[in-house]
Formats: sequence, C-alpha cells, structure tokens
Amino acid sequence: MENRIRILFLIGLLAMAGCSHMPWRNDEPAEGPPPSEQAGETPVVIEPQVERREVKPAKIDTENWEAGAYVGSLSVEDFEVNIVYGARIAYHINEDFFAEGIVGTSDAGLSSFERLSGGAPLLTDSERQFTYYSLGFGWNVLPGEIFLGGKRAYNSAVYLTLGGGGTRFAGGDRFTLTAGAGARVLIRDWLALHLDMRDHVMEIDVLGANKTSHNFEATLSLTAFF
Amino acid sequence: MARLAACGLLLFMAAISMAWAEGLEVTVADPYLELHTGPGRGFPIVNVVERGATVRVLKRRTDWFQVVDTDGREGWVHRSQMAATLVPAGERMEVDDPAREDFGAHRREVGLLIGDFGGSNVVTAYGAYAFNEHLAGEFALSHLLGNFSDGQIASIGVTHVPRPDWRIQPFLSIGTGMIRIQPKGTLVQTEDRTDQLAYAGVGVRAYLARRFIVRGEYKEYVVFTDRDENEEAIEWKIGFAFFF
Repeated sequence: MENRIRILFLIGLLAMAGCSHMPWRNDEPAEGPPPSEQAGETPVVIEPQVERREVKPAKIDTENWEAGAYVGSLSVEDFEVNIVYGARIAYHINEDFFAEGIVGTSDAGLSSFERLSGGAPLLTDSERQFTYYSLGFGWNVLPGEIFLGGKRAYNSAVYLTLGGGGTRFAGGDRFTLTAGAGARVLIRDWLALHLDMRDHVMEIDVLGANKTSHNFEATLSLTAFF
Repeated sequence: MARLAACGLLLFMAAISMAWAEGLEVTVADPYLELHTGPGRGFPIVNVVERGATVRVLKRRTDWFQVVDTDGREGWVHRSQMAATLVPAGERMEVDDPAREDFGAHRREVGLLIGDFGGSNVVTAYGAYAFNEHLAGEFALSHLLGNFSDGQIASIGVTHVPRPDWRIQPFLSIGTGMIRIQPKGTLVQTEDRTDQLAYAGVGVRAYLARRFIVRGEYKEYVVFTDRDENEEAIEWKIGFAFFF
C-alpha cells in the first residue's frame, strides 16, 4: 500500500516536471522588449553545451605503389639461356592501368659460332653482361580470382605490358622495346607473386650484319604493395 | 636477456596492432555499402553493410577502400560509395578524387617520353613543378641510343601553358642542359664529348582519365661545341605522364 502511494506520488512529480518544459508554457513576462533589442547591450548568444568533436583529415593508408625483385631465365639471342635477376617498381593508376619500371641483369653465354670455331671469343666478360631497363605501362586485362582447393581464394590479374628503354650488351647501349604478359596473384593483401614473360626487342650487329634480336625472358617475382 | 627480447617483441607487436587498430571510422549513409572481395568492379559482392552501421577504413588501393565492419567482415568498397559515408563529425567523408577539373591546376607532373633525337632513339623521364597555372619548371633526363653513338642529356627548363582550362593544352618550352656523347668504340676512335646545349620547343598535353596525361613535344636543340660550328638537332617525343 505504501509502495503504491509512493509510485503515484512519483508519477505526479514527473508529470509536473515534464509539463514545465512544454512549449505552451509561457513563463516569460509578456511585456517589455526581448533582451537583444535593448539599446547598448550585446545580444546574448547561447553557448552550446555539446563539445564539437575534433576531426582529423582522413589519414588512410594508400597502397598504390608496388616494388619487388625477380629471378628467371633470359634467352639472349645467339648467346644461350641464362639466369636473370631484376627489380621492378609499379604505380597503380586505377584498377585497369599501371606504370612500371624494370631493371635486370644477366651474363650471356657463348654463341654457337664461338663454341664451334674454337677461336677467340667475340666478347669480353664485361661485354657479355646483358643489362637492361624498361619504363612502360601495363593493362590489367583479365582481373579475377583463383581458387586453391575449396576454401582458399586469391585475387589475381593477367596483364599486358609495353615499355621502352635501353640495353647494354656487347659494348654498347641499344634502344629496346619490351613487350610482355604476366599474371599476378595476391598471396596477402600486400604481397603479390608474379609470373612474367617478356620480349626485349633491339637492333644488334655483333655477328656482322645488323639484325633485330628478340630476347625472351620468363621470370618469377615477389612484390609488396606500399 | 631472452625475456627482455621477448618483452621488446611483444611491445613491438602491440605497437603494430595499435597502429593497425587505427584508421578512420565512418558511418554508412547510403542505403547499403557493398563489400566486394577485391579492389575491382568485377569482384563479387559478398557482404553489405546497412545504413547507420559503422565501418573502419583499413587502406586504399586506387579507387577502392578496404573496410572492416563491427562483425569483422572485410571487403572492398568503391570510391563513389565511400564518398557517401559520414566521418565522426557527421560530415561527408572527403575522398581525394583527381578529375578533369584538377588538370591544369595541378602542381606536380611526372612522365615518360620516347622518340627520336637527331636520328637516335631517345628515352626521357621528366618531372615538372608548376609555379602557377601557366608556368612550370621542368627537369628531364634523357638516354640517347643511336647506331653510332650513345649519350645522355640532363636539362632544366620552363614551360608555358597559355590555356590551362582546355582539355588539350598546347605549351611552349625553353631550357638548357648538358649533353654527353659516347661514340661506339668499335667504329671510330673518338673521345667522349660533354657540351652545353639549349632548346626551344612546342608541345601538347591532353587529359586522358584520373591522373593520366598524354603528352607529345617537338624541340630544336643547339649544342654549343668547342669547335667552330655549333651543332643543331631536332627532337620529337611522345609519352604519358601523371599529375598529383
């Protein structure tokens, strides 16, 4: 009984408190101008009780750069197939296109002529080093996913690349066009495995006449996004 | 000692995970936020986050943002949808989106050009910094690859763009630099030469998409040799560039 009375009392109190904030109540005296219009006094500005939250500019980690190293085999036309080492850097412009730069080096072997004739070698050891660079663009032509078993899916892309650069071989620098195709698989969000095939095309005159030489290369590379 | 190292490692890992836990939290304002499995339009949508829910932005790759929702589901969201999310202050998230309007008003430009310099092939990488919309300073490194000689050119110059508001912008350029020519040893026994040069040129650059520019230029060079006559060379090049 005592509890019920107490509850009724409390409800009454709450209702009164609530009503005192209702819009139809007019506690202000009707007469007299509002304070802001009184001459000589600065208008009263209401200070908000809510503090504004500090907003920092969006600091989002952008990962458009990709850098890494590769190893593979390079077929130097007329000079055998040898191991090639290189480095690659790429900037992803959008989901379709990227710019890339590569440098690589390999030691070319003996030409068939040198091997069969048994005479003096055509090139010195330093001239036999095949070093190239290429700057160009790539197009992610077939983006997709690959599946390993039933539970693992990795993002991947097959891309085409085209670039221009130079090759130092047989005692001179030569203008080189590089065309290639590659496949990229993202093992982690930031780590990618590439399988690349490239053709370095240049004019060369080592064996007498000037000719167009095609130097094919297949490489495996590991790159990180940052 | 081993315990100290272990403590250090733990602290380091804690620091990394704290850095990982940072990142911007945003509230979804579109009816749905679509989470793709990868950063590309072809990747399937595997999850959606409803309006009013909070997601944390982990990273950005080109036009795609990797986000994680409060249940720990990760996915990639396109820029157009991220632009409709709200940051903690209740304002729309500002997404850097270089567009056609920024071309001509940009500060920095980096590019690659390929062409012909006086009969030799030339590969050029350049960087430019714009002092204002019309005038920019440029630095370029070129590799000359000819049949009889190789060489390098390093040059600095200025370019003037009369109409930075056009989509296809003609420009004028002048500059100076150094050229080094190395004749191919097996052919003729001459020494390497390093000379100063100057150039004047015209060119055109055009907006392609996003940060992408296609650029072509024609330059006339004068090489100040220490012989009686100066040498002249004509160069044309074409290539791509980005601005940022």
